[in-house]
Amino acid sequence: MEETKFIGTPRKATTHVSQNEGLMFEKSSAGKKGYRLPLLDVPAVDAAALLGEAVRTDGLGVMPELSEIEIIRHFTRLSTWNYAIDLGMYPLGSCTMKYNPRINEAVARLEGLAEAHPYQPESLSQGALGIMKMLSDALIEITGMDTITLQPAAGAHGEFTGILLTKAFHTANGNPRTKVIVPDSAHGTNPATAAVCGYQVANLKSNALGMVDLAELEKMVDEDVAALMLTNPSTIGVFESDIHKISDILHAKGALLYMDGANMNALVGKTRPGDFGADVMHLNLHKTFSTPHGGGGPGSGPVACKKILEPFLPSPVLKTNPDGTLGFDYNRPQSVGRVRAWYGNFGMFVRALAYILANGPDGLRQTTEDAVLNANYLRSKLEGTFELPYKTRSLHEVVFSDKLQAKNGVKTGDMGKRLIDYGFHPYTVSFPLVVNGAMMIEPTESESKEELDLLVDALTQVAREAEENPELVKNAPHTTRLQRLDETGAARKPVLRWKAPVSSTELTANTAAKEW
Amino acid sequence: MAYPETYKYAKSHEWVEVNGDTGTVGITDYAQSSLGDIVFVELPKVGQEIESGSMFGSVESVKAVSDLYAPVTGTVTEINEALNDTPETINTDANATWLIKVTLKNPDDVNALLSAADYETFVNEETGH
Repeated sequence: MEETKFIGTPRKATTHVSQNEGLMFEKSSAGKKGYRLPLLDVPAVDAAALLGEAVRTDGLGVMPELSEIEIIRHFTRLSTWNYAIDLGMYPLGSCTMKYNPRINEAVARLEGLAEAHPYQPESLSQGALGIMKMLSDALIEITGMDTITLQPAAGAHGEFTGILLTKAFHTANGNPRTKVIVPDSAHGTNPATAAVCGYQVANLKSNALGMVDLAELEKMVDEDVAALMLTNPSTIGVFESDIHKISDILHAKGALLYMDGANMNALVGKTRPGDFGADVMHLNLHKTFSTPHGGGGPGSGPVACKKILEPFLPSPVLKTNPDGTLGFDYNRPQSVGRVRAWYGNFGMFVRALAYILANGPDGLRQTTEDAVLNANYLRSKLEGTFELPYKTRSLHEVVFSDKLQAKNGVKTGDMGKRLIDYGFHPYTVSFPLVVNGAMMIEPTESESKEELDLLVDALTQVAREAEENPELVKNAPHTTRLQRLDETGAARKPVLRWKAPVSSTELTANTAAKEW
Repeated sequence: MAYPETYKYAKSHEWVEVNGDTGTVGITDYAQSSLGDIVFVELPKVGQEIESGSMFGSVESVKAVSDLYAPVTGTVTEINEALNDTPETINTDANATWLIKVTLKNPDDVNALLSAADYETFVNEETGH
């Protein structure tokens, strides 16, 4: 079988090293400990008696019992199974999986920052507050907005905050309004946000170029519309060139323009949402500003807005005292309230600011240009191999479809999985929904021409296989520890909890998992 | 793909079978095939009013969640509870798997919907065949 795994020679990957790894529960032995405690030097107490009614003996199940090195090996082995931006390219469209520079980490680990406590008095937190102030000012300048909150912990959280501000604004003006318009190419979080904030979602169809249909928008916007949530450039990587007209249509009826900043990596240093009519927007520091993205980040989704929304910002708001020191203003009677404990994911502010300062204005502009150049390089190399449903000029990402390969029964998901065999993380599969069989690729500026060529090689190879040996692609991946997983079965009948195989002994906290 | 001639079709890929003033609604074979393996169906409550062209539920597949749009206006009288446990029957036979039954407000409304042949033409245009 080995020789049938590849047609042609992949330059990047051979078979992955495979080491089976069981679950911790399966490795458990009764009574094994990873620690030894000294003898009690106080009288022993009966914890159960002490806790009385609060004691819990049920529902704890059996905890795995292992030695320290077994645990270390278990997690270290698992960690070698990961794919990471530090191992190779992540061409995931819409995710902006750029390199997380090491200087960011070095700065974030400075003792005074890493060890700072959020309850430190403001007088002892001037450095941390200074970082928040500098970052706020930089992001305001980059977006062209008037003010900002750094609290939201991720993009969707930022959307939620932004629409809360919108609702508070309309409510203060006497009518909270009922509808939010969302284009059919939007991220799924947009309609979800609108719904969670109590708005009806009105779906706006894209025109043939994949952009907002102005005539359609004009028909939809009335005094009941609170906002349009628009991603610019859109999820097919196209800049809404009529953005001014879009904002005029909205503003004429008192509606706001919410900009989803997921794709800011195509705009930084080139154009500013605040200048083209956006009233409120979120940024994803974990996309555009190079903070870690995988493994839970954590993310950070600051919301920048125009002056009209300032009174409603989450409290507390960063302020400059008369003596020039920084502090927090909690006296915000119109605020939508806190959206996050403390002040946001501070560690990400440090990293994002390090990135902004390390690049400077010219560097950030170059970053945008390189991201767009890389996407267009891939587009020109792969157009023809894959169908390009929208011919409009691409910015930072390009969306192909599986139309040519689907004739042989090979779908976008199959080719994504085949890409794993070639050593790459799959591109974004089946999104945006406006493209049937979408293959969405975003290289970011981080990738060199050499790495892009490897991806082109791999994708060209996959397309050739789809033509010559479709089954090979349809059953991919072949070189991973586990072969294709049953996604449907996992969704229909999820196994959410480990259960010990049937035991002859009843399992309690005092018997061991090993007794089955 | 099969589209029964006794059904009427919406451009949003739902079918409706009319019997007196009752409409039975499902999704088309094309819709199930585009969605892929369906894992969850969200349906309205019995008694809920639905309006032609408005959302009345959603279908979740391994690829995406898609909204369901009502092909007719009326009151929901019955929902297909079996789909809670076996949503995959839509993939097996979309034409025989109904989602909801509706008492039609105006049975003549269905005349505005597409015939099987017109729907097939529409699908072919949309997919570029």
